[in-house]
Amino acid sequence: MNKTVDLKNKRIIASTHEKLGQKNRMNQTYTDVNDIFYKAEQTASFLTGSEVIREAIKRASVGTSVAYPITPQSEAAALIGEIYAEGYLDEYFRGESEFAVMGQCAGAAFGGHRVFTTTAGPGTLRAMENFPMWAGARLPIQVCVTCRGVNSPLSIQPDTLEMYYLLETGMLVWHAETAQDLFDFILKGFIVAEQPDVHVPIAVCCDGFFVTHTKDTVELPPLDLTLTPYDPYRNPQPVMDMETSPFRMMRDPFVMKSNYISYATHASWQQEIRSAVERSRKHTIPLLDGLIDEQNTDREILIVASGTAVSQSREAIRLLEEDGVKVGLVKIKTIRPFPTEEIKRVTKNAKHIFVPEFNVTGWLAREIKSIIPDNERVYEGPHVCGGMTLPCEVIVEQIKIHLGMETEKLRM
Amino acid sequence: MSQYKVLPGPEAFLPPAAASMGNVLPDPGEAHIEGEIVPVDEAYEVAARKILGAKVPTIFPGPLVLWKWNDHVAEKATALRELANEVPMRLIPMADYRPKYPKIEAEFEINPNHPNLTIWHNKIDVCIFIGVHCHMANLSLKIIRGGTNCYTIAMCAMAGHEDACLSFRDADLAMITKLREAIKKLKSEGVESQAIPFQQFKMGRTGIIEQPA
Repeated sequence: MNKTVDLKNKRIIASTHEKLGQKNRMNQTYTDVNDIFYKAEQTASFLTGSEVIREAIKRASVGTSVAYPITPQSEAAALIGEIYAEGYLDEYFRGESEFAVMGQCAGAAFGGHRVFTTTAGPGTLRAMENFPMWAGARLPIQVCVTCRGVNSPLSIQPDTLEMYYLLETGMLVWHAETAQDLFDFILKGFIVAEQPDVHVPIAVCCDGFFVTHTKDTVELPPLDLTLTPYDPYRNPQPVMDMETSPFRMMRDPFVMKSNYISYATHASWQQEIRSAVERSRKHTIPLLDGLIDEQNTDREILIVASGTAVSQSREAIRLLEEDGVKVGLVKIKTIRPFPTEEIKRVTKNAKHIFVPEFNVTGWLAREIKSIIPDNERVYEGPHVCGGMTLPCEVIVEQIKIHLGMETEKLRM
Repeated sequence: MSQYKVLPGPEAFLPPAAASMGNVLPDPGEAHIEGEIVPVDEAYEVAARKILGAKVPTIFPGPLVLWKWNDHVAEKATALRELANEVPMRLIPMADYRPKYPKIEAEFEINPNHPNLTIWHNKIDVCIFIGVHCHMANLSLKIIRGGTNCYTIAMCAMAGHEDACLSFRDADLAMITKLREAIKKLKSEGVESQAIPFQQFKMGRTGIIEQPA
């Protein structure tokens, strides 16, 4: 980097929206995100992850939400329907399929609304074509991905494989560990994604069922505060114009031409989307308190994880401590942008790096292996899939086996 | 720290985006010169020297300053004309972003999908992007750096552009005026414009109404 990006007292550039300080029809005051999180008094509530999504959207000044009522992976879309009825959103309707939902979200975002939707598992894959389209069109739509299995035979249980498919779509991809993360990431995600130098879609992911269906204590800001609305004048693209790319898609240039210039335009366009994701670091670091959390990273053994694998790892570390094995922990909060420099720094002295995951491929381990030197230090696992839980005892066992330590055989 | 310098090209068949090389945009009160973050006041004189030293310095005003969509924009456009007269600089508009190849009128317009054609045709060696939507400016700036030797300056009303050789951010009326003052000051100190004499073409609603000489 040509400049150090730091926490800056956990603040990003304050909103200058003309509605700042005004009231909306629900008598909520449009408030800068810094003030919502760092000035307002927070109140503890005991909620499911789905309810947390509802509470975040109540405070997010969302214009449109489109829902597709698939299997009960999360109740979020239905709960947002209820708050639409109460008056919190301008538009809410049901799409014909996940593909249709994401297209309808694009339409609402092209029109200048802040847009939110949810999906999961096969729905994410069915909608997939739309995600790079959103990114290419610089639409800062937020989709909450409550991860579940994607393959046949179907499963509604948690599995983070679908996140792997999202990594190169040009979206921001954040991974919440807890219900509190989920609440914070949804509100902060809108702010980062809508910065004029970023302005790309964001997938706020959480592990379905573990986060969406279980109750947790969450600190909430007052309901009479809400984010300042989306500001279409800070859009890096003109509003929808059928004569201009990306809307002018098929009739003529630059899709239909075969020459260096049209290729160069498309190449520069793709680079620009990746650049936008890179630029989000500067806004994300102060708002999320860094792209990673780290704990005892001077230790020789480290666990690096994201999502609920972090929670399981914390407990595994406590059990290992009881046996005299000291292990450090790195929690990755943003998968895109990937915390490359941060991971290089914290793993510098580690001799063994374990990456527990809730998917069959171990994609997070591969991401880490691709950026650090001496990557044979990375142990890809333990990982489970298809909705299995990842007991902390399994993490303990795998670490001990890998280190050549005696361990009791686990009985399943 | 990134060592990537954002210099005039031709850099590569497909040059990297500066952001992917680790270059970060300036914060309020800052600018960047060739990738190095500096206080904004330092950037005015560097920009002014580049502009005065150019043979074909050119302003590319985009739709956000070409069309009077609010009174502030009209003031900015007037200030821009004064800046152009001060140097003097050509004004070649980027009126919209519709792809127009292969029949672009390179003498009178620039297009974000093939900005190099206008730069090559007019032999432009220093240019200012202003009033161009950020996405379209970034699209252009990389293509220009890839294939031309033009030094690019961005006067961005938002967060700035890593892919310009020099970029201001939050550029408003006062900043345009300040750049003009920096040029005036250098001229008063004896720095002469190296611009080749030219006659600015004029356009009306029906097209060109006064051809360049």
